Amino acid sequence: MSTPVLSLRDLVVEIPTRTGVLRPVNGVSFDIAAGEILGVVGESGAGKSMTGNAVIGLLDRPARIVSGEVRLLDQPIQSLRGEALRRLRGKRMGMIFQDPLTSLNPLLTIGDQLTETIREHLDVGQSEARERAIAALDEVGIPAARQRIGSYPHEFSGGMRQRVVIALALCAEPELVIADEPTTALDVSVQAQIIALLKRLCRDRGVAVMLVTHDMGVIAEAADRIAVMYAGGVVELGPVREVITRPFHPYTGGLMASTPGASKGMRRLRQIPGSMPRLDALPDGCPFHPRCERAEAACRENPGPSLAACDGRAACWFPLTEPKEAVS
Amino acid sequence: MSALIRVEDLTRVFDVSKPWLNRVLEREPRALLTAVSEVSFGIEENSVYALVGESGSGKSTIGKIIAGLLSPSRGRVVVDGVDLDRETDKAKIAAVRSDIQMIFQDPYASLNPRWKVRTIIAEPVTVRGGDATGLPERLLEQVGLAARDADKYPHEFSGGQRQRIGIARALASGPRIIVCDEPTSALDVSVQSQVLNLMSDLREELGLTYLFISHDLTVVQHMADKIGVLYLGTLVEEAPRDRLFEDPKHPYTQMIFEAAPRMDAFGREAEPPKGEIPDAINPPPGCPFHPRCPIAVDRCSQERPRLREIGTTRVACHLAE
Amino acid sequence: MAQNEIPRAPSRFARARNSDLYYSFTRTPVAIVSAAVVIVLVLAALLAPLIAPHNPFDPGTLNLMNGFTPPGEANAFTGDYFLLGTDDQGRDVFSTMLYGMRISLFVGFSAVMLAMVVGVVLGLLAGYLGGWVESTIMRIADIQLTFPAILVAMLIFGIAKGITPPAYRDQMAIWVLILAIGLSDWVQFARVVRGATLVEKNREYVQAARLVGRAKFSIMIRHILPNVLNPVLVIATISLALAIIAEATLSFLGVGAPPTRPSLGTLIRIGQEFMFSGEWWILLFPAGTLLALALSINLLGDWLRDALNPKLR
Repeated sequence: MSTPVLSLRDLVVEIPTRTGVLRPVNGVSFDIAAGEILGVVGESGAGKSMTGNAVIGLLDRPARIVSGEVRLLDQPIQSLRGEALRRLRGKRMGMIFQDPLTSLNPLLTIGDQLTETIREHLDVGQSEARERAIAALDEVGIPAARQRIGSYPHEFSGGMRQRVVIALALCAEPELVIADEPTTALDVSVQAQIIALLKRLCRDRGVAVMLVTHDMGVIAEAADRIAVMYAGGVVELGPVREVITRPFHPYTGGLMASTPGASKGMRRLRQIPGSMPRLDALPDGCPFHPRCERAEAACRENPGPSLAACDGRAACWFPLTEPKEAVS
Repeated sequence: MSALIRVEDLTRVFDVSKPWLNRVLEREPRALLTAVSEVSFGIEENSVYALVGESGSGKSTIGKIIAGLLSPSRGRVVVDGVDLDRETDKAKIAAVRSDIQMIFQDPYASLNPRWKVRTIIAEPVTVRGGDATGLPERLLEQVGLAARDADKYPHEFSGGQRQRIGIARALASGPRIIVCDEPTSALDVSVQSQVLNLMSDLREELGLTYLFISHDLTVVQHMADKIGVLYLGTLVEEAPRDRLFEDPKHPYTQMIFEAAPRMDAFGREAEPPKGEIPDAINPPPGCPFHPRCPIAVDRCSQERPRLREIGTTRVACHLAE
Repeated sequence: MAQNEIPRAPSRFARARNSDLYYSFTRTPVAIVSAAVVIVLVLAALLAPLIAPHNPFDPGTLNLMNGFTPPGEANAFTGDYFLLGTDDQGRDVFSTMLYGMRISLFVGFSAVMLAMVVGVVLGLLAGYLGGWVESTIMRIADIQLTFPAILVAMLIFGIAKGITPPAYRDQMAIWVLILAIGLSDWVQFARVVRGATLVEKNREYVQAARLVGRAKFSIMIRHILPNVLNPVLVIATISLALAIIAEATLSFLGVGAPPTRPSLGTLIRIGQEFMFSGEWWILLFPAGTLLALALSINLLGDWLRDALNPKLR
């Protein structure tokens, strides 16, 4: 098997506060292969965005990586700082955020921003960079790219802006793209366009994608594999079809069942009682046990097992299905 | 059965012009945005009527007009036989107004951060000089919180709990109608299902009528009895829930049904819809959807389609059948 | 009964002890030192009659022979001892300073109160009502801003003095001073409150209040006002420092507190006449106190702004 593009091992992020140390990311491990889209899904506070930010080195102080490893192909990058990190970002790692306006400079034309990024990371001249910028815009579906390259970000609609951001993230031919809720701010019809675009470009170029979102539907359509996060840890990891049609972890199961689409014709929706624990009040044992209907004494006393204990699928002492039966 | 709420030819125009001096200096005309254009529908008592649409469809504007936060530019809203803009008897208007309450979208902005929960929930009663002793505690328990939570401040609660407090406030004045403006779109899935279940329970217990505004088709499909689909301020299709989902007539409705992400559509490689929602200040002539419509003909760009009845569906499309 | 089981909500004091503001205060040495300086100076001013060795307003206790006594030395003629020396008329500099600080603080504080009330009320009205009310208030504010504040204060001072009968002029001078400084300073309160009001009035809790039929003015006072007070508090603190300096400036120019009831500014004016004839202490001590007072209040204001604005943290 080839080396994964991105590899996380036991990543821990801590935030020291006046009342104690919080761990928004607590021992996260997963790999993403070239050309693969890993969907990282979870509710607010699960640590999914924080994981993405830790990978690209965009943690806001005082949050910091305290242990674990982030590997980009063969290179550990968790301790890179300053110039080395900046060169890696953009060149080898692209970013797409929820709000396209935060990643575009409102004072520069989109052409300037694209050519600047291309010239910074690739050894090409001004005119070649410009041609590449036009090609990139054309590829993400901006109509009349040659005419619109001199436009400013505010002259584009929300969906077109997100296309520009995708062009910007991919123009230096990175190996990894981190997309944090890329379609959340968009309308349904535009969202479908952006997902289709992201999928096509990444497959064609063999880019590894970490797609962070709270929307199960988006993950189901776009991702190859899925990592379900809860209270800072990955509770279930597996191929998207298997996890969604046959979840092992009770949290994943509850999450699927409580989406309105899953309980068609029922008067009431299935619901998970309670809400995600706050980071400063994590329960002992498995963090999900107070909300879990399958919880037993073992769940209260022991922390959730590692994914490895459950054939790499779910971090649970009493999974919904015995993993041995499911793998066939 | 006659409708509890009737909306007739409702139109709302916003003036989004620059200030007067800038307009004169830059020689720009007034800019008018038609957020809602000649929308008519009725809501039966004790039912859930949902308005769905993407941004700029005018769904929130309609909700605010019915709740009384905005006034219509043209057309009228009749609640329980009282025309809210032409009725001269102040007492009648006040009685209808106190029958309509609202649940808001953002649980972090809809509660005054400086007020205790007790004061927040009691406000609809105390502001009219009523006595609300014990009411907040009773309502808190009704929405699944504890009576002692009345002494806390909003920041001590999670998003879902705050939304429950917002629901308790909406119930305080004993309303018959509640306008729910995207009540769960700021919440996580597992919390969303709790809040939706609570709203269903309350409707049955209290015999409430909901106007449910949302962009989320799965939520609407779960909650609504009847659904109106809005595009660029016009009602393009309206049908009972099951009929709409089984047999959407309008090409726009078909498009958003097709585009919505689904949990059973693994690796779907369908052709995504074309184009984006046009600028509402200069909407396309004729049918507002014609520039994106896969079946549009010449007539669509010239003549605005009226709502036609096809069985129990009302649809504004020249070609639908 | 169930009521017995309900734990009591934490008291106001306990909540203050637990607040982020208190935490930030204990972690900011600059804030602690500034607060200490301000507290010492304010206490000294308030307790002046108890602390001051002489009463500078009682001509009976003055002895012209004590004039120009240097600090820390006994007077050559009378043998009297003055901690910080005396001025030309034999007044104890330390005592006049304490009493002068009272006047400076009183004028500054009252002026800021006046500016705050006027500014907050007009800002709320402009922000919430909009339309011609807003245009009128904010254009007046714009016009006033084109003149330096001290000029506006002098103008108001001049007019007010002109219409007061001469017999009451000295008596009224302090109040005229407060009016002049207060009215020259309302604009920034109004601008900030208007901006904050524009944000708050579109939030959903205000819509909820409109929905249940709460009247406009009630919404402004009960809902919006408490939520726009943080920036007002910051501006009030910084304005206090500016108002004290404005008072000193006016008094220094001779249009403020009368020599019979000298403020720190008046003392500095008296002192600068003797600056170059060797009697440096008459100027130095009042000036140093003014500097310490204004600087400490300003630093407190800066800290408050940082602590109340989570975006900067």
